[in-house]
Amino acid sequence: MTGIIQVDGLNKLYRGGFQALRDVNLSIRKGEIFALLGPNGAGKTTLISIICGIVTPSSGTVLADGHDIVSDYRAARSRIGLVPQELTTDAFESVWNTVSFSRGLFGKPRDDAHIEKVLRDLSLWDKRNNRLLELSGGMKRRVMIAKALSHEPQILFLDEPTAGVDVELRRDMWEMVSSLREAGVTIILTTHYIEEAEAMADRIGVIRKGELILVEDKTTLMDKLGQKELRLQLTEPLERIPDALGRAGLSLSDDGYRLTYSYDAHSEQGSVAAVLRQLNELGIEFSDLQSRQSSLEDIFVSLVHEEVA
Amino acid sequence: MNWYAIRAIYGFEMARTRRTLMQSIASPVISTSLYFVVFGSAIGSRMVEIDGISYGAFIIPGLIMLSLLNESISNASFGIYFPRFSGTIYEVLSAPVSPLEIVMGYVGAAASKSVILGLLILATARLFVDYHIAHPVWMLAFLVTTAVTFSLFGFIIGIWADGFEKLQIVPMMLVTPLTFLGGSFYSINMLPPLWQTITLFNPVVYLISAFRWSFYGVADVAVGVSIAAILGFLLLCLGGIFWIFRTGYRLKQ
Ligand SMILES: Nc1ncnc2c1ncn2[C@@H]1O[C@H](COP(=O)(O)OP(=O)(O)OP(=O)(O)O)[C@@H](O)[C@H]1O
Ligand SMILES: [Mg+2]
Repeated sequence: MTGIIQVDGLNKLYRGGFQALRDVNLSIRKGEIFALLGPNGAGKTTLISIICGIVTPSSGTVLADGHDIVSDYRAARSRIGLVPQELTTDAFESVWNTVSFSRGLFGKPRDDAHIEKVLRDLSLWDKRNNRLLELSGGMKRRVMIAKALSHEPQILFLDEPTAGVDVELRRDMWEMVSSLREAGVTIILTTHYIEEAEAMADRIGVIRKGELILVEDKTTLMDKLGQKELRLQLTEPLERIPDALGRAGLSLSDDGYRLTYSYDAHSEQGSVAAVLRQLNELGIEFSDLQSRQSSLEDIFVSLVHEEVA
Repeated sequence: MNWYAIRAIYGFEMARTRRTLMQSIASPVISTSLYFVVFGSAIGSRMVEIDGISYGAFIIPGLIMLSLLNESISNASFGIYFPRFSGTIYEVLSAPVSPLEIVMGYVGAAASKSVILGLLILATARLFVDYHIAHPVWMLAFLVTTAVTFSLFGFIIGIWADGFEKLQIVPMMLVTPLTFLGGSFYSINMLPPLWQTITLFNPVVYLISAFRWSFYGVADVAVGVSIAAILGFLLLCLGGIFWIFRTGYRLKQ
């Protein structure tokens, strides 16, 4: 099955010899929300820029909805909307004009009703006649989104859409993304807020030093790599973990009051019950009990910091 | 052809002109008028006729060319340099537009502005000196071809430049001197023979000579030679632009 975006053997060597992407293979499914994660300088923007035609690939191919981005760039690009990471706007233009300009540039006939809808959805309608230099940073970011949506793309790239955006606007953006998805738009986003990827994405790709090291369904990823943790606050301190408990994954805090049990949520089903039963048998009492699942953030940090074997 | 895109770029650039009407239209018209006042009316009345043309009328084609060249270059170079500088070029690069369409939008707008400006100067000149145009169709053809050629040249400069000062350097250091030395204010036949030969290496001579011919039917250089030179320069600029887009020079990483 080929994806709506199909990346094969993509390499990017910048002038000066820096290899920003290394043999990237990726297939984005139609209609999904795909989150691309990775530390600063990992190559996320480079990958997006190549797909959108701003940076030339050194080798490899990219198809957008079946159209080669180089040989059939017109068809490929007209399907794609891009909200770049950098805020770059024509300061002296009005919101309305700059958004209408984008629609024309992407080869679509004028459609004031559509532009109005986009501006209203992004709460920019009241600002339509303002020049961009009169807008705040968050509003400018929304203008960039409006520009990207002006030509009704099937595929939308959001390169850190929520950087420098306040909490409320971030919620709005999440909502906008899910309503776009409902409308059938495929969305590829990068973010440094992992909870954002956790909340929105269907699948997650992690890129590190130009290599795509993992692509996985979000839920699978969290199940597979997610550790669960059970924390018990003991009424009496323990000197050491009793041999009778005899289990991997147990640890005791220095003061002896907190017993922590980490386990794999998948493969060790029922082990929590067993631990609790054993504690009961040993007469170890606890005053409080807490269970938590490692977040995507924990997973991400461990993946990115893990050295290449 | 993505006509909507050409129109979008063209419209965007023309809107920029409207915003900066003073700078882009009024100031060249005013400064050229000063030349007419000084050389046409004041000093011109005491100068002898050249090739049977009053001095005030004689300098009109050269002065129009001077503005036309400078404005074409600066409009087109700024038009493409500024988006590169501000980063908004990303949108043009990611849009389904061909290089030809990009050039048609930017260069078309820059050339249109220059042609309008040239005609405005021509109209303004009427206030100060009397002239007639012998070959109006040729005059328009030269005006448009020169505007397009030098807007293409400006586009190349706008892509080559990596700072604002470089945008100014070419018009200031190259075009203005070449125009002054290219027979704007005199006929090159008035120069000593050696200088006449040297002057023939100045491409602007051909532009001015042909343009003046369209006004008064007299030329320093045979019109056919001038037309060949103008077309040659046009092809050179087109070649440069073709190369830029083929290699992505300074546009794409
Ligand atoms: N034009 C360029 N020339 C040379 N190297 C570049 C260029 N653009 C980016 N790089 C390098 O390529 C690498 C990847 O950059 P990229 O912008 O793709 O990272 P990123 O994952 O988007 O990072 P961030 O999270 O900071 O946005 C970086 O090391 C960067 O320095
Ligand atoms: Mg980036």
